Amino acid sequence: MQIQINGEPREVEQNLSLANLVEVLNLKAEQIAIELNQKVVRRAQWNEILLQASDQIEIVHFVGGGCE
Amino acid sequence: MSGRQNIIQGMSTPVRAPAEKFEIGGRTFTSRLIIGTGKYRTFAEMKAAHRASGAEMVTVAVRRVPLDRSSESFLDHLDPSLTILPNTAGCYTAAEAIRTARLAREALGTELIKLEVIGDQTTLFPDNEQTLEAARELTREGFVVLPYFSDDLIMAKKLLDAGCPAVMPLAAPIGSGLGIQNPANLRIMREQLPDATIIVDAGVGTASDAAIAMELGADAVLMNTAIAEAQDPARMAEAMKLAIEAGRLAYLAGRMSKRLYASASSPLTGVVR
Repeated sequence: MQIQINGEPREVEQNLSLANLVEVLNLKAEQIAIELNQKVVRRAQWNEILLQASDQIEIVHFVGGGCE
Repeated sequence: MSGRQNIIQGMSTPVRAPAEKFEIGGRTFTSRLIIGTGKYRTFAEMKAAHRASGAEMVTVAVRRVPLDRSSESFLDHLDPSLTILPNTAGCYTAAEAIRTARLAREALGTELIKLEVIGDQTTLFPDNEQTLEAARELTREGFVVLPYFSDDLIMAKKLLDAGCPAVMPLAAPIGSGLGIQNPANLRIMREQLPDATIIVDAGVGTASDAAIAMELGADAVLMNTAIAEAQDPARMAEAMKLAIEAGRLAYLAGRMSKRLYASASSPLTGVVR
C-alpha cells in the first residue's frame, strides 16, 4: 500500500506498525519524533499503531541551526 | 615577599564575573550566552566553539529526516552537559510552529522551545501576530516558550502576559551581524519591564555588540552566525564569553552619566607652576 513519508509517496507492507517503519527506514529511534496525519504519536504508541493506506507521516530529527 | 610585590599582586587580582545566576523556566544558568549550532564548517569546529564560549544552552533546529541515506545523528555531536533548546526556525505560520514544537518536545522530552515565526524571507523579520498566537497556544500546552520577536515593548508585554518566561527581541536581522540597531528600544524595554528576562536574539556581529547588549541591560544574548562565520570560531566564542561578562559587570556597576564637556580627574589645586 502507499503512504506519504515526509511529503514523498512510498510503498510499504500491510500491517506495518510505526515501530516497524522506523526499523525499515533504519532510523535512530531515540532522536526522532513522528507525526501521523498531523498529530504527534507518542513513542510509547509506536508499537500499537498500524499504518493504513494514504497515511501521511512526518518524521523529524534535529539539525544544526540557530535562527531561521 | 616584599611590600612592593604585595601591592603588585593585590592589583592583579582578577575581577570575577558576578556569580549571580540566570534563570529561565526553573532552570538556572551561570553563562548568559546561548549559542546556535548552525553554519559551522565542521562538527569539530562547532564543538571547539561551544567549549570556548562557556555556553550552557544551545539551540537546534527540527527538520525532516532524510530517507534516502543514513543520517548522522546531530545530537551526538553536542556535549551531553548542554541544555538543548529546540527552535521552530523555518516556520512561517503559528500552526507550523506549534506542530514543530510538539515534535521537538516528543523527540527530546523537553518543554523548552525557542519560538520563531518568520514573516518574510528577505529580512527574516518575525511575524509578531503569528508568534503571539503560537505563544499563547504553546503556553497552554505547558511549553516554556522563548519567543523571537521585534524589539517592541508592547509586543514584549503581550508575550509576557501570554506566559512566556522570557522574551527574545532581535537586535538586527538574523545573520546580518549589524549589531544593536536600536539601543533605545532595548533600554526602554529594560526600564519598563525591570523584572522580565530579556534575551537579545539575532543580529550580533562581534564582541562589542554583545557587550553593548548586556550594558543596555539584556539578561543574556543568543547568537549563531557571529561565532560560526568568524575566521576562528573558537576564538570568537571566547571573545563573546568575555564581552558578555564585561557587559554584564558594566551594567551592574552602573555607568557614569555622559556630559558634553571635560571634567578633570585630578585635583585642580596644588598644581606645580
